[in-house]
Amino acid sequence: MTTKTPAQSRPLSPFMLGQYYRFQWTSLLSFGHRITGVGLALGTALVALWLIALAAGPATYEAVAPHIKAWYGQVLLFAWTWALMYHLCNGIRHLFWDVGMGFDLKTAERSGYAVVVVSIVLTAAAWAVAYLG
Amino acid sequence: MAKTSKDLRSPLSRARGLGAAKDGVHHFWVLRVSALALIPLSLWFVFSVACLASGPADFYAVQHWVSAPSVAVALVLFLATALYHSVLGVEEVILDYSTGPARLTLLLASKFLHAIVAAAGIFAVLKVALG
Ligand code: HEM
Repeated sequence: MTTKTPAQSRPLSPFMLGQYYRFQWTSLLSFGHRITGVGLALGTALVALWLIALAAGPATYEAVAPHIKAWYGQVLLFAWTWALMYHLCNGIRHLFWDVGMGFDLKTAERSGYAVVVVSIVLTAAAWAVAYLG
Repeated sequence: MAKTSKDLRSPLSRARGLGAAKDGVHHFWVLRVSALALIPLSLWFVFSVACLASGPADFYAVQHWVSAPSVAVALVLFLATALYHSVLGVEEVILDYSTGPARLTLLLASKFLHAIVAAAGIFAVLKVALG
């Protein structure tokens, strides 16, 4: 019995890239949703660690806090807020698609630009409100 | 690359109509319901964290923030919803890029890790809020 069943001969993702699809910048946005999704999963684990350090008491918390305040902690924190705002905006775009809206090429391209702009505006707004408000 | 059949699904899989995760549209649906709930929760959380980070952000400041009942409840909701959404989302990613034993291992690892992070995070919030 050497014949392969259809399930065994199925290709594994991302087999469409390169050979069948030409590059479009909306593909980058789509890939960005996946990368930010996985990144946010890791980020949420860090949020949980921060809360556990808090629950452990002042000594543990003050041992962890310098890492958050260090340059790499602040960069990570800023990147995490942007990733969440990007994934949120693009997620809303996905939800509209799921109900069948905005699927034509022109709208999809325009909503793609909007996602990038709005996610940057929201991130900037959060930090501006925090530091200036 | 393996030779591709014209139909990417096996006849049995098509007849069952349950897809790669074997639970039909349930997975699709709950991922989207959790996404909807996460819109207000994530906006609240990002703005709150930015405000906290711009302050002293020492132990007592953060403890004071988490102890407010409304904040504690929102934090529990955020953690539970985000991790539920995340375990479903990551599952989708694993199903796309892996097969065989690696797939099973990754799926189990992801589920266990998500459960641990959810339990630990929520326990921490409750301990601070009630303690
Ligand atoms: C901490 C918060 C979040 C985490 C950890 C997270 C994680 C993920 C992951 C890992 C995926 C799978 C990505 C993929 O299949 O390519 C995903 C998909 C998705 N997320 Fe999130 N997410 C979060 C917040 C949100 C928010 C706020 C929204 C708001 C609308 C959202 C909407 C979506 C949608 C609609 C999908 C499905 C996309 C598709 O059809 O491929 N997510 N998320």
